Amino acid sequence: MIARWFGKNAGQEAAVEAAALRSDRFRQAREGDWQRLDAIVTRIEGGRLRKLSDEDLVALPALYRTAVSSLAIARETSLDAALIAYLEGLARRAWFAVYGPREGLGAWLRRFFLGGWSAAVRAMGIDLVIALAVMVLGTVVGWLLVSGNPDWYYSLMAGGSDDVRVPGASRAVLLHTLFGQQDQNGLSMFAAYLFSNNAQVSLIAFALGFAFGVPSVLLLIHNTAGLGALLWLYHGQGLTLELVGWLAIHGTTELFAILLAGAAGLHIGRAMAFPGEQPVLTAAAVAGRRAAQVMVGVVLMLVLAALLEGFGRQLIDATYARLIIGGTMLALWNAYFFAYRPARVRVAG
Amino acid sequence: MIGRWKRRAVRLPVQDRRKRQVVTPEGVPLPFTIGARGARALALLIDQVLIVATMAGISYLLFTLARAIDLKANAGGGAVGQTVVVLWIVAMFLFRHIWFLYFELGPRGATPGKRALGLRVAARDGGRLTTEAVVARNILRDIELTLPIIFVTSTLIQGEDATFVAWAGAAWFLIFAFFPCFNRDALRAGDVVAGTWVVEAGRDRLKAALSVAGGALGESALTQTRYEFGEAELSVYGEYELQVLERVLREDREEAMVDVAQAICAKIGWNSGRGDERAFLEAYYTQLRARLERGMRFGRRKADKFS
Repeated sequence: MIARWFGKNAGQEAAVEAAALRSDRFRQAREGDWQRLDAIVTRIEGGRLRKLSDEDLVALPALYRTAVSSLAIARETSLDAALIAYLEGLARRAWFAVYGPREGLGAWLRRFFLGGWSAAVRAMGIDLVIALAVMVLGTVVGWLLVSGNPDWYYSLMAGGSDDVRVPGASRAVLLHTLFGQQDQNGLSMFAAYLFSNNAQVSLIAFALGFAFGVPSVLLLIHNTAGLGALLWLYHGQGLTLELVGWLAIHGTTELFAILLAGAAGLHIGRAMAFPGEQPVLTAAAVAGRRAAQVMVGVVLMLVLAALLEGFGRQLIDATYARLIIGGTMLALWNAYFFAYRPARVRVAG
Repeated sequence: MIGRWKRRAVRLPVQDRRKRQVVTPEGVPLPFTIGARGARALALLIDQVLIVATMAGISYLLFTLARAIDLKANAGGGAVGQTVVVLWIVAMFLFRHIWFLYFELGPRGATPGKRALGLRVAARDGGRLTTEAVVARNILRDIELTLPIIFVTSTLIQGEDATFVAWAGAAWFLIFAFFPCFNRDALRAGDVVAGTWVVEAGRDRLKAALSVAGGALGESALTQTRYEFGEAELSVYGEYELQVLERVLREDREEAMVDVAQAICAKIGWNSGRGDERAFLEAYYTQLRARLERGMRFGRRKADKFS
């Protein structure tokens, strides 16, 4: 009644005065702040971030803290269940806004390319060494197996029945597989390779890190053993350098990517097998976040490798040019991962 | 009599099993509800449908564009077409990832599918949800879902002696698909690795305080009776009964209020007339709350009528 005479503001004050309970006076004194926070959070949830004034954005953390402390007080002093439920909901929504991802996709990508990726790769140090050792070992084992008994070749290289690259093939046949494919459709090659073997192998090598890294190692060995077998086959016909050139143009990028993927898998596996003082799940989460960054890079490297393989190798038909491109890529990757260290980037994970 | 509502109050065991407390960096525990597995599956389905629809739309546009260009540049037409297709393959390959990352890193913090079902990704430890965590959980999705499906379909298309591989792929898929069913927090493999979980993100409006409403001050607007309760009459109930009373008043159902009013009258030996239950209950609620809150300030809490 009185409220109508004095207008809204006075009415509110009158309501505060009239409130019988101390907890209601507490509520009425802070309700304005809660409503403002509610409005800000609602706008953020609606994706209308740009419509927020700078004032509101600055006020958000303070308002969030007010709401959280109101909740803590209300739990101790108020028995208004609806109020506590509302404050819990409001604090939760504001918590999402305040402790949500701080940067969007664009900002993250920028940080990723300008140091985040290479920092994550370097942070896996020992796993990179292990993965590299495993890959070299796999290649050697593949070579030795096939040179001991050529029948091994068929189990290591699961090629189709029309594959001419078999033990006993003539030099001319093998040479033909390395050069003179310009007339082929680069596109179909590209599409086939992009989604085939390598992307899958690297993703699986990473995923299998869950099982304490053992499957990652086995997969790396299996795949590089095929490489060893191929090397043996071409070596027998004196085509080692030509094969290396044929492989190197995209292989330095691709094998590097597979190396990183295997190392990422090992990294997770090692964190789970030897979590140290942390709980297993925490250790896995820390390693997983770092490894996932590396894997984003691996996927991009594989796209690049597929482009080099699908187009570059078909268009460039000379071993030396292929070797130069492959060697340059390898040098670039090494420089990027190990020499490029911007000071500002924090190590993720 | 109040015992009857007691049973109604504890009717949600499934809901309760999904309740979690997370301590914020400020040191205040906040309650969270783990997203239901069915809702998450549905959210994923919605996202996949939207992704396919968007991809189809973009593809159609690109295709029309490529054809238009092809008609004009008849000499280099093939090359242009090929480049467009290559770009298309790369774009489609990256699109699925970008979809999830873009939306989960945006201000809304959820993909359209999750938003539709009121779900959000949050850090399990109550701290900041880092960009790396979101990236990690979405990279793993590829291994859990897309990879085995591509694997199985490609081996099935290749035909012959692929049954073993197809079965292995299917087993892989099933292990990851049902991973959330085998842990308490409904984590999928990506959540484990990223340190995240998916929680409900509902919102409530602030309901009016009952203790300032009509009859709360003790006087009935209908009969002008003043309801004043003494210490003895207020000390029979505790916080639990107060909460039941609050719920009854908010639901505002006539027969429930009559039941409760009768129960209270029987307990405290009053005899209120019929027809004015709401004012009676509001007055009793306010005075009971005042008494209990006064006790709280002195460190005395009364959980329910038995304590």
